[in-house]
Amino acid sequence: MFTQVKYWNPYIGPFDPCPPMRVKSYQTPPNLYIGFQPPNMEQYSPRQALHCGTLWPAFYSPYPSDGREEE
Amino acid sequence: MSRTLPPEYYELLEELQAVDFVLVELTLYLDTHPNDYNAIQQFNHFAKQSKQLRKQYEELYGPLMQYGKSYSGYPWNWDDAPWPWQV
Amino acid sequence: MWNYEKKLQYPVRVSTCNPRLAKFLIEQYGGADGELAAALRYLNQRYSIPDKVIGLLTDIGTEEFAHLEMIATMVYKLTKDATPEQMKEAGLGAHYATHDKALFYHNAAGVPWTASYIQAKGDPIADLYEDIAAEEKARATYQWIINMSDDPDLNDGLKFLREREIIHSQRFREAVEILKEERDKQIYF
Repeated sequence: MFTQVKYWNPYIGPFDPCPPMRVKSYQTPPNLYIGFQPPNMEQYSPRQALHCGTLWPAFYSPYPSDGREEE
Repeated sequence: MSRTLPPEYYELLEELQAVDFVLVELTLYLDTHPNDYNAIQQFNHFAKQSKQLRKQYEELYGPLMQYGKSYSGYPWNWDDAPWPWQV
Repeated sequence: MWNYEKKLQYPVRVSTCNPRLAKFLIEQYGGADGELAAALRYLNQRYSIPDKVIGLLTDIGTEEFAHLEMIATMVYKLTKDATPEQMKEAGLGAHYATHDKALFYHNAAGVPWTASYIQAKGDPIADLYEDIAAEEKARATYQWIINMSDDPDLNDGLKFLREREIIHSQRFREAVEILKEERDKQIYF
């Protein structure tokens, strides 16, 4: 199952001056996974499409994603 | 000098923006999927809807386009505020 | 030729007068990965790209001008009624001294836009990979600006623009597949 955000744990050195951020994240939006768009994909209504910035729910990428800036 | 636009203005504008946005999405899609018959039918359907909405909008709030793509009122009302960044 | 439409692509709203956010946002107006650079990059590359993808470069390049107008609208609204004192506090004192409230094609650090931000190698694959990278960089820039913004209305417009970068990247990726001429072998998943 694909997620739109990935997490990693950077190395924490004993002399890092700022309090360490133990978990860092980056975005992996849907366009990285779909390949050549297949025909007849499910669509939003025109109003919904405008507000989501795309006609197809499969390409919708909410930001900030859930759980992003946590910890 | 500046008239306040009624809530119906924003409602109609957004309706047009929504229909035109579908046309933008279908345009880019068809640029890479030129043989998708269903998408072309949908494109033509929304193109017609956009034309009807534009006619309605322009009768109430003035021309959307220049160089003869829209009719003018009297006096020349292209220059009338508000411009898109002002509304 | 081009035709102007007297409407924005998306209903842009801004909740508070906030010149500090305008200072960051100007990155997407006149920065390396901003909307001006994007529009000019695609509309310039299209003259020498294979015919099959000229339409796509034309249409995405044109949409970028609609995004440029959205960014201009945001900057205009964020600074419209700011006092010189507010401009100074927001780090826009130097901008105000030169331009008053006028917009200018420079990045968040005040560096003017330059043609060296865009590439045109003439090699279709090199150019399309450049375009994909440009879209991903613009997406990232929108993320960093949203991370610093506390204006929900402004963020609504910025999220729309971030999503458009994702769709443009998708279409450029498809254009690469078209030029590889292996579309029939493409596996849908």
